[in-house]
Amino acid sequence: MRFRLSGDQAALRAGVRELLARRFDGEALRAAVDVSGLDRELWRELGAAGFFALRVPEADGGVGLGLPEAVLVFEEAGRVLLPGPLVATHLAAGAVDGAAEGEVVVAGVDRGGLVEWLDEADVVRGDAAGAVALRSVDPLTPLHRVPGALPRAVDPVAVLLTAAEQLGTATRAGELAVQHARTREQFGQPIGAFQAVKHLCAQMLVRAETARAAVYAAAVTADPVDIAAARLLADEAAERGARDCLQVHGGMGFTWECEVQLLLKRAWVRARRGGGGAESEELLAVDLLA
Amino acid sequence: MDLAYTPEEEEFRARLREWLATVLPTLPPKPSPQDWPARRAYDLGWQRTLYDAGYAQVHWDASPTTRLIFLEETEAAGAPYVGAGFVGLLHAGPTIAAEGTPAQRDRWLPPILRGEEVWCQGFSEPDAGSDLAALRTRARRDGDDYVVTGSKIWTSHAEIADWCELLVRTGPAAPKHRGITWLAMPMSAPGVVVRPLRTLAGSAEFAEVFLDEVRVPVANRVGEENDGWRVTMVTLSFERGTAFVGEVVACRRVLGELARTARENGRWDDPVLRRRLGRTNAEFRALWRLTQWNVSEAEASGGVPGVGGSVFKLRYSHARQELYDVAAEVLGVESLDLEQPWVLDRLSSLSYTIAAGTSQIQRNIVAERILGLPKGR
Ligand SMILES: Cc1cc2nc3c(=O)[nH]c(=O)nc-3n(C[C@H](O)[C@H](O)[C@H](O)COP(=O)(O)OP(=O)(O)OC[C@H]3O[C@@H](n4cnc5c(N)ncnc54)[C@H](O)[C@@H]3O)c2cc1C
Repeated sequence: MRFRLSGDQAALRAGVRELLARRFDGEALRAAVDVSGLDRELWRELGAAGFFALRVPEADGGVGLGLPEAVLVFEEAGRVLLPGPLVATHLAAGAVDGAAEGEVVVAGVDRGGLVEWLDEADVVRGDAAGAVALRSVDPLTPLHRVPGALPRAVDPVAVLLTAAEQLGTATRAGELAVQHARTREQFGQPIGAFQAVKHLCAQMLVRAETARAAVYAAAVTADPVDIAAARLLADEAAERGARDCLQVHGGMGFTWECEVQLLLKRAWVRARRGGGGAESEELLAVDLLA
Repeated sequence: MDLAYTPEEEEFRARLREWLATVLPTLPPKPSPQDWPARRAYDLGWQRTLYDAGYAQVHWDASPTTRLIFLEETEAAGAPYVGAGFVGLLHAGPTIAAEGTPAQRDRWLPPILRGEEVWCQGFSEPDAGSDLAALRTRARRDGDDYVVTGSKIWTSHAEIADWCELLVRTGPAAPKHRGITWLAMPMSAPGVVVRPLRTLAGSAEFAEVFLDEVRVPVANRVGEENDGWRVTMVTLSFERGTAFVGEVVACRRVLGELARTARENGRWDDPVLRRRLGRTNAEFRALWRLTQWNVSEAEASGGVPGVGGSVFKLRYSHARQELYDVAAEVLGVESLDLEQPWVLDRLSSLSYTIAAGTSQIQRNIVAERILGLPKGR
């Protein structure tokens, strides 16, 4: 057993992190809130970097890597709250022309009848007829709902990649909280000196690291039960993490300008994918009797 | 132990209920949440209606039990919430009533009761939130005025307020709790600049208030110079006292609506969700009983709410967040749609563990003042 990143995997992660830091930093994130639509140039850059073609075999012009690498890349995307139908387009690479290269944007109708980024999509997978726009709680994820959509089978890879994004967001929430706890002073000391704040931050780390082990392992085994577990842990780490991060920020956390709200709202959107976590819970319960 | 109300109290309830049934259908439609002038007019209009019917003073003069009945019945009937009147009726007003001179009471209390003037609370500063006593907004004496310079933040209703209950530092050399003074500042005074702040729900519910050499008459000081901390504690105990009675009633109504919605959309068949609704019901039934308990305690102790308010606030703010998390489960995918009123309520519930003293600070209060544990730094 060598349950740690290989040299190549670490290099891949560093490369993606560097690309995103350059092309989608905190300032770009805030700016994206005020514009509608996707940055197509960035989408193509992601394509050129192999974001979508990552798991397409080399023989078919892809990068030829596997799920563990995809999970690392999606974790980085979740960390910076990269907008767009990343999972749907990634899954379409190799099946839909131009998806792998980042030339087209692909949206998908989710099991719960939810479609992200429908108006921006060049190609829609699934039947989106009759879709109605929601006023999305997440300013960076336009949403439609297809009433009466027949439940589609959930692709476990989609579930896992979503869990990876949640993991990234959970990690980011912890980092932001720690940063604030170190610098914000009340009662003559950094608030991080108060055990109440320390413990909030520590819990964020514990949840995120537990989720990380579950997500990475599920990427290696690709076992549906492992993936179900990863999903539940990652949803919790992201949602609770964003909330605790908000709490550590005090009044500032409740403002529109603060990045924390974007973490929480995206975590809420992702937690609803595939009809929510209920199916994963059922799968894990049944597994106990197997 | 006795949970029955007296015949007088029951009579008050019956009369109030009857009056509400006649007056509520005559009210104008609720204004849009974004339209501040309209909200101000609506909230003040309701206060005027209460005034004309003899109910205006219930927050101040009535016994805690009568107040409880008032808040319970108005909420249950769907009457307007105090809204823009909150600070005037529940913070500044009670403070002036308790600590002001006769002239100050005559000047400020009647317009609050008649629904003519709106107050806001200028306590928090960028560097003084949980550590309120560290506030730095300076007031220098100049003849019959204080000259005030500094900035306040998170000031709810600042844009539509006529008056601000303002905490300033008058004794910079004194220990931090002993150099603070309570002033009533007119928001129209030269040098006051209000910059609205957007909340995570997208609307501007609070603001930054910048003060540059603002002249406030010494006559507007409530309490002695440098005695503002004690004066403030009176106000805060009101804030943590019965201020949430109506909300508990409202939460219980929402819970019933959630159950009915779940029945309609099929989520009721999920036993996990059903039981979670049941548990939340237990929570709010208990919070209602805790409210009654606290009111009885306040009645026995002469009206000023005590530390029981911290126990209530801690439990309630978390229960409220859980309530709207359950709502999200009931709504499913629609919990991502801002057109659903419960989604906005879910967002605003996130402020409950922060505003009016964070949960961490409340736990410190419970541990130190109720349990008598050693004070941390
Ligand atoms: C919706 C809303 C409306 C508001 N309206 C008003 C208003 O009208 N007027 C007004 O004056 N103020 C208002 N406030 C301000 C509110 O009172 C402050 O936000 C609150 O006191 C916290 O201060 P802060 O935001 O500076 O956070 P901080 O004090 O910086 O707290 C940050 C974190 O540190 C923790 N912390 C700080 N000190 C300790 C400690 N000793 N022990 C353990 N943990 C600690 C806190 O719990 C929090 O998690 C409002 C706030 C909100 C969110």
